[in-house]
Amino acid sequence: MHTMEEKIMNTGTIRRKTLVAFGVFLLFIAACIFIWRWIHRQPNDNDTPEPLRYVLNNNEKIFSGLFANNHMARSYPLSAAAARVRVNGDAGMSDNFDASTWKLQLVRNAGDTQLITLDDIRALPKTEIIFDFKCIEGWSQVTRWAGVKFSDFAAHYHLDSQTQMKFAGLNTPDKEYYVGIDMASMLHPQTLLCYEMNGQPLPMNQGYPLRLIIPVKYGVKNIKRIGTLFFGNERPPDYWYERGYDYYGGL
Amino acid sequence: MAEKKVIQKHPMAIRWFHWINFPVLGVMIWSGLLIYWANDIYRIGWGDKTVLKFFPDSFYKALHITHRLAEGMSLHFVFMWLFAFNGLIYVLYLLFSKEYRLIFPNKKSLKEAWLVILHDLHIKKGLPPQKKYNAAQRLAYTGVIIMGLGSLLTGLAIFKPVQLYWLCTMLGGYDWARIEHFTLTILFCLFFFVHIIQVILAGWNNFAAMIRGFEVHKIKPPAMENEHAEPTPTTAEQ
Repeated sequence: MHTMEEKIMNTGTIRRKTLVAFGVFLLFIAACIFIWRWIHRQPNDNDTPEPLRYVLNNNEKIFSGLFANNHMARSYPLSAAAARVRVNGDAGMSDNFDASTWKLQLVRNAGDTQLITLDDIRALPKTEIIFDFKCIEGWSQVTRWAGVKFSDFAAHYHLDSQTQMKFAGLNTPDKEYYVGIDMASMLHPQTLLCYEMNGQPLPMNQGYPLRLIIPVKYGVKNIKRIGTLFFGNERPPDYWYERGYDYYGGL
Repeated sequence: MAEKKVIQKHPMAIRWFHWINFPVLGVMIWSGLLIYWANDIYRIGWGDKTVLKFFPDSFYKALHITHRLAEGMSLHFVFMWLFAFNGLIYVLYLLFSKEYRLIFPNKKSLKEAWLVILHDLHIKKGLPPQKKYNAAQRLAYTGVIIMGLGSLLTGLAIFKPVQLYWLCTMLGGYDWARIEHFTLTILFCLFFFVHIIQVILAGWNNFAAMIRGFEVHKIKPPAMENEHAEPTPTTAEQ
């Protein structure tokens, strides 16, 4: 029957059709309430109900398909870089840290850890980037950083078999903060092991001596004060993932 | 046996799209609020003068919105699929069923919409002849489809600003895309507000048609009794 078509119907038929339609409508409302409550009754997977986590993990599969090494975060002129850089998190930044003895622990394989000094890292080719740093909270700020591209670092230290793995894991020296990052994003040409901000050594509260700058991810993945770097095919632990956020966090 | 005149108004498919969209858009707006709270910088005002802050603390407190960013993001990025697919299938349905002819504005709509508004505000009597929807409704219901598309695109630009850099740039950059996404949400809420008032004013028969599909009217008495005849109901609104 087409829209706006008119016809004569007996009242009994009208009543029956009305009852059926409103019955279905009430069932629909009940189903909506049931689905909503069912979702929230399900066990949590990393602080998120399992059905939602299932979709988020599939979102990663779908949207990581958009990722390409030549998709760059936009870079900005020097004049756009903020002089006062926002400090947002201090997890993993404990006071009893002794920067003078710091070395990066590069876990090549289980039981095979190489210690790398800041001078070693500074000796590698330096890359500078000025980009719009995006926080998962919704703010962003154009900031200026410099360090060695992770891909250059990996080439220099011959991390060929390591970069064949699916993930890199990074921890602070006190293990209080930790992130896991898919290898494609790690090898992106804008991903830096960063030791400079605004042309100066990193301030303590920005992760001195070495932090990650990864413009294809939200700020939460840009771990400050890297202690350990390791590799694996399973998702390394991730601080904010365990607190209900998406694992991928890709922009 | 008693008989009445039945006017078929909303096809079954449109009724389903409509009622599925209602809770889904509700969850999108709710989870959007949980996300927005984490960086709630928008306001209406100039200089230091703020007329309206989005949103006052009392609003957050009353609805328990604070510190729920992760929950908001997971809901938003799950229900976005339902919002997008329901909207997409709805638009495809309109196009293939030719139902769009009753909804999209035509050449006369802009002028007629003005007459409808004057009529609804009781400034002027009489309405231009119409089919399913009057001109103001055509503009509103087509506008809300475009708003839905806008929400989808601005949302994608915020969601993947690096991979979809071209989209993000097209919308004026990351900050502007977020403002546009937020503004569209406010417009959805205003649409909803006006829509509810109009539905209440239009009455039961109109509301029921969005559930059972048809309106019921008394059969027009024979011509000789026409003096007391009720007006034909085809001008029913909504």
